[in-house]
Amino acid sequence: MISGVSIYEILTVTSILFFIGVFGFITRKNLISILMSIELILNASVINFVVINKYLYPDMLQGVLFSLFIIAVAAAETALAVSIIINLYRQISSVEVKDTETMKY
Amino acid sequence: MNLSYTILIPLIPLAVFLLLGIFNKKIKPAVSGYIGVLGLTASAIISFLAAYQYFFVNTKVNGIYQPFIEKTVWMNFTDTLHIDMGVLVDPISIMMVIVVSIVSLMVHIYSRGYMKGDDGYTKFFAFLSLFSFSMFGLVLSTNLFQIYIFWELVGVSSYLLIGYYYTKPSAVAAAKKAFIVTRFADLGFLIGILIIGYYTGTYDFETLNNPEGSAIVNWASSSFMGLSVLTWALILIFMGGAGKSAMFPLHIWLPDAMEGPTPVSALIHAATMVVAGVFLVARLFPMYYFVEDGFALNIVAFVGAFSSLFAAIIAITQTDIKRVLAFSTMSQIGYMMLALGVSGYEGHDGVGYMASMFHLFTHAMFKALLFLCAGSVIHAVHSNYLKDMGGLRKYMPITNITFLIAALAIAGVPPFAGFWSKDEILVAAFEHNKLIYYVGVFVAGLTAFYMFRLYFGIFWGKNTKYEHAPHESPLSMTFPLLVLALLSVVAGFIPFSEFITPDRVGFEAHLNYPLAAVAVTVGLIGIVLAYIFYKKENDLSDKFANGFGVFYKWAYDKFYFDEIYLFVTKKILFKRVAAPIAKFDKKYVDGTMVGIGNTTVATSEKIKGLQSGKVQDYAFAFIAGVVVIALVFIYLWTN
Repeated sequence: MISGVSIYEILTVTSILFFIGVFGFITRKNLISILMSIELILNASVINFVVINKYLYPDMLQGVLFSLFIIAVAAAETALAVSIIINLYRQISSVEVKDTETMKY
Repeated sequence: MNLSYTILIPLIPLAVFLLLGIFNKKIKPAVSGYIGVLGLTASAIISFLAAYQYFFVNTKVNGIYQPFIEKTVWMNFTDTLHIDMGVLVDPISIMMVIVVSIVSLMVHIYSRGYMKGDDGYTKFFAFLSLFSFSMFGLVLSTNLFQIYIFWELVGVSSYLLIGYYYTKPSAVAAAKKAFIVTRFADLGFLIGILIIGYYTGTYDFETLNNPEGSAIVNWASSSFMGLSVLTWALILIFMGGAGKSAMFPLHIWLPDAMEGPTPVSALIHAATMVVAGVFLVARLFPMYYFVEDGFALNIVAFVGAFSSLFAAIIAITQTDIKRVLAFSTMSQIGYMMLALGVSGYEGHDGVGYMASMFHLFTHAMFKALLFLCAGSVIHAVHSNYLKDMGGLRKYMPITNITFLIAALAIAGVPPFAGFWSKDEILVAAFEHNKLIYYVGVFVAGLTAFYMFRLYFGIFWGKNTKYEHAPHESPLSMTFPLLVLALLSVVAGFIPFSEFITPDRVGFEAHLNYPLAAVAVTVGLIGIVLAYIFYKKENDLSDKFANGFGVFYKWAYDKFYFDEIYLFVTKKILFKRVAAPIAKFDKKYVDGTMVGIGNTTVATSEKIKGLQSGKVQDYAFAFIAGVVVIALVFIYLWTN
């Protein structure tokens, strides 16, 4: 419980965060930016886990533990994605999405 | 009496065919010739054994030769209608087996000499064995459908062997022609078979041919255009037989089939395959005789009589010796057909049937002999044409003598084989139909004339100067000539009427002396005329031919039947019927299908951008979908 702040306000903030991430994911042309947008989406959901745990089941810790878990996975995923992007850059000297479409159709 | 071993008669040539066909290149020519001859020898020995056991070791019950049948069901349709595979041994199938094995064996032996040095030697023997297998299978068939299968198989072997010299365009064309014409006829045959299956519910020969059986007793139960359906079926089946036997309107393939090697002509286009039509009618003879009082049989008789006259007239004018023999074959098969056509069923009435089979037997011997002699002559002279021959008797004594024997046999001079069988045919015709009898006698005269025209033209006549002196053929070729000549002399003394009759009860045939005298006289007149015209070189024959004027030219050009057929097919069928249909097919039927395909391709070309492969686009679609669904649910909940 955070005094003076209701769950709705926090959920509104995380929703905004989530949709900023989604918007970024859809509209960014740069692979690094897309990756950052994904991080935003993940962070929004992590905050949701913590908040909902705190407000609905204050005696338990599952939500908090799960968020730690998500952070670990996100870190691993980011490392993987960055390594892919670096390799891609070595191949085509670009991290733009449009330059990765040469195998289409 | 168990005669199931007769199944080996067709199977041995089949094994030889497979052996020679599969190991075509690995077998030396000399060996393959021996394999072929050995296989056929085995078949021939088994055939003779079977014939001996069938006719002489007791199979008669109440004086009737009992058929021996061994079969298994192959395809089952209903309780009665099923297609069997098996062997049917009865007097005519045994007789045919003997004919085929003798002639085929002789031709195999002969081919070892005739085809020597040919590139496709092994292939040739493989095809000969294939043919022998099919022909044995045909004559031993137990039902209509089995006979149809082997019928097509002999057609294929005939096609392969006519087109044996496949680098020669004329041979290829002849093979195609033979195949197409006989296939056209077989269409009728197939329809006939289906009608029989539909209306009688069985294909089995023994059931169909039983005079008290339902097929024959109930022939009038259904009719079509004023005739019983069974009569139609029999006419259509006869159409198949007429195609194979080169009867009148479907005869055009036989003369062209002479493009094949001469042993093939002797085996297939003289002695065995072309008489399959006669055999077919004989096989179904009780049906032909009893259904609608023999209406279909009358058609057989008149088609046969007309064909024999028609072919004999053409044979007189031809200059290619093999074509003369081809038309002679057609004429003699017409003879057999007319004999069947005038035959009765019981006792001595069956003389026409007996005579037909008798003539088939003797004709196979002397016509194969004539062809093999012609092959020997062609081998020596390297030409098919009479103008390149003459005076060959000094060079080829054995061929000369054997050809003379065969010519005397076919001309019906006693005591040679042809005399006896021809006499029986004329007796049968005289007793049943005078018009056909007169045609028969006239044709007998023509036969003697054209055959001796050939004989004198080849072996006497002018003394042609040859670039290389012709020489007698090797022993492998003259041996079959001698054997067949011997058979042509003695075959007439076989008391055929005691073995082969429509009701399978033997009777004793007697020479009808007045009729025999007439036939012999007419034959001798023909021979004498030929002697006057062609013994020494003179211009009598030319003058005589000119006397007939345009008619001679017509006959020389085979009455323009090839041209008429070509006109009908090319100018009318192809141009007026087939071409518009093809156009319609291309434009509308194909067009629809092509249109469907093109539309699909064009549409997919338009919409393939949707599947961009970009995760971002998919995510957008996904989120848009979620938003829409969410809005819908919110809307529903709030109301």
